[in-house]
Amino acid sequence: MLTIVDYGVGNLFNIQKAFQSLGSDVRISNNPEEIVNSERLLLPGVGSYEAGITALKENGIDEVVREFADSGRPMMGICLGMQLMLSASEENGDWPGLDLIEGRVVRFTEPAQTGEPYKIPQIGWNSISKPESLDVNWKNSVLESLDTEDTAYVYFLHSYYVIPEDAGCVLAETNYGRDTFCSVLMKDNLVGCQFHPERSGKVGLGILKSFINH
Amino acid sequence: MSHPTRVISRLDIKGPNLVKGLQFEGNRVLGTAQQFSEIYYHEGADELIYQDVVASLYKRNSLKEIVQKTSETMAIPLTVAGGIRSIEDINDLLRAGADKVAINTAAVSDPNFLSEAARIFGSQCIVLSIESYRQQNGRCEVWTDYGREVSNFETVEWAKRAEELGVGEILLTSINNEGMGNGFDVEIVEAVSSSVSVPVIACGGAGKPEHFKEVVIEGKADAVAAASIFHYHYCRPVNQPTMSYSSADLRMGAQIDSGNIEFLNEGYGGEDGLMVEPCSMSEIKGFLNNNGVETRIT
Repeated sequence: MLTIVDYGVGNLFNIQKAFQSLGSDVRISNNPEEIVNSERLLLPGVGSYEAGITALKENGIDEVVREFADSGRPMMGICLGMQLMLSASEENGDWPGLDLIEGRVVRFTEPAQTGEPYKIPQIGWNSISKPESLDVNWKNSVLESLDTEDTAYVYFLHSYYVIPEDAGCVLAETNYGRDTFCSVLMKDNLVGCQFHPERSGKVGLGILKSFINH
Repeated sequence: MSHPTRVISRLDIKGPNLVKGLQFEGNRVLGTAQQFSEIYYHEGADELIYQDVVASLYKRNSLKEIVQKTSETMAIPLTVAGGIRSIEDINDLLRAGADKVAINTAAVSDPNFLSEAARIFGSQCIVLSIESYRQQNGRCEVWTDYGREVSNFETVEWAKRAEELGVGEILLTSINNEGMGNGFDVEIVEAVSSSVSVPVIACGGAGKPEHFKEVVIEGKADAVAAASIFHYHYCRPVNQPTMSYSSADLRMGAQIDSGNIEFLNEGYGGEDGLMVEPCSMSEIKGFLNNNGVETRIT
């Protein structure tokens, strides 16, 4: 059973539908028992970091999510859900996260006055690719379904991105504006996607499928 | 480093039907919204916008059911507009599967509604919809209620204020150009896009591929939405010899029995009567890619 953590933020319905379309046994829950006993866990989230971490803590869900992460079973964070897995965020101040992966969450660099203009938030499709400097293999990862010869486009909707302390956690990166950022994160049993696989057409569904098949 | 520009299908919806008019008037039925959505998803649209065209009449958005159906079967971003007046309305539509909601009338009557909505749901899902009308003296004013009521807001000023109030995106529709096929109002798109730091979706006027390029390069649009140019490619009246969509015997309007269905039945002289050069999604995206505007090709 895959559990989508319901902590009051995020569009859980779309994620649930996407997994159902892949034939997955999926439930939405805020019950600590159900969360900690799942085979797989999905941490969704949209909105501000402050609202996200506050809602997680209010219901004591942060503790069970940590417990699950320690169990070694597969866990995926999407968008804000991914960012919450890091140590802290600079969004509207300085907010501590779940600290499952060491690192921080920062805002996109503003466009240079004379450079190419771009908008923040990034809203739209962008490509993900293997980090240039690292020897990364997508085999046996959530990205194994992607044809690495072609450009894989996925749908982003965000103003902040993660910087893991250990660059070896970067499974895929994306360019936007003046930044190259980590768009897929992997550390042991933990995976994070900055984009929305549930809204990224066949490419995104392929990623979710790899997650439930591992 | 550049990134792909979104090409969006806008669907004006009345009941179960996809409709299309000119300058928000004279809507004719072209098929069901569900069928068109499926086509656009498979043809590689980057996003869908659903506009409830009768919402302001009934004072509510009636698209919940179709939003739910769409999000069950299609992994594509969906923005819903029309008749959204309360936090509860937004909650309902997001729960039904919308990714973003676009707000016009309720925001004009109470701008603080935007900041409240952005605080609760996050800026990323609150879109300001501006229906902009260019006066003869050049002033662009904001209209509400699907182009029925005028406000005293000026388009660029309103966009700037809405950004301060926390909206994450602006959907800018030119009423003058809407449905006419003679190009976007590039000037107002450029004026708004240069004044705000959030993305701007240009809408209204696409009639041929060059128009898309113009509004991205000269108008600095971050995304482009179009309706007629795509709809009329995938919809052919029953007595027209050419059917462009692959399932050749599919008559888009087969399930339609209400509304203004003369076009589907009679065709009004077919393509000669259209204001646009109908194009497929891949024709438009291919054209843009060949002309210096990157798009996502599926």
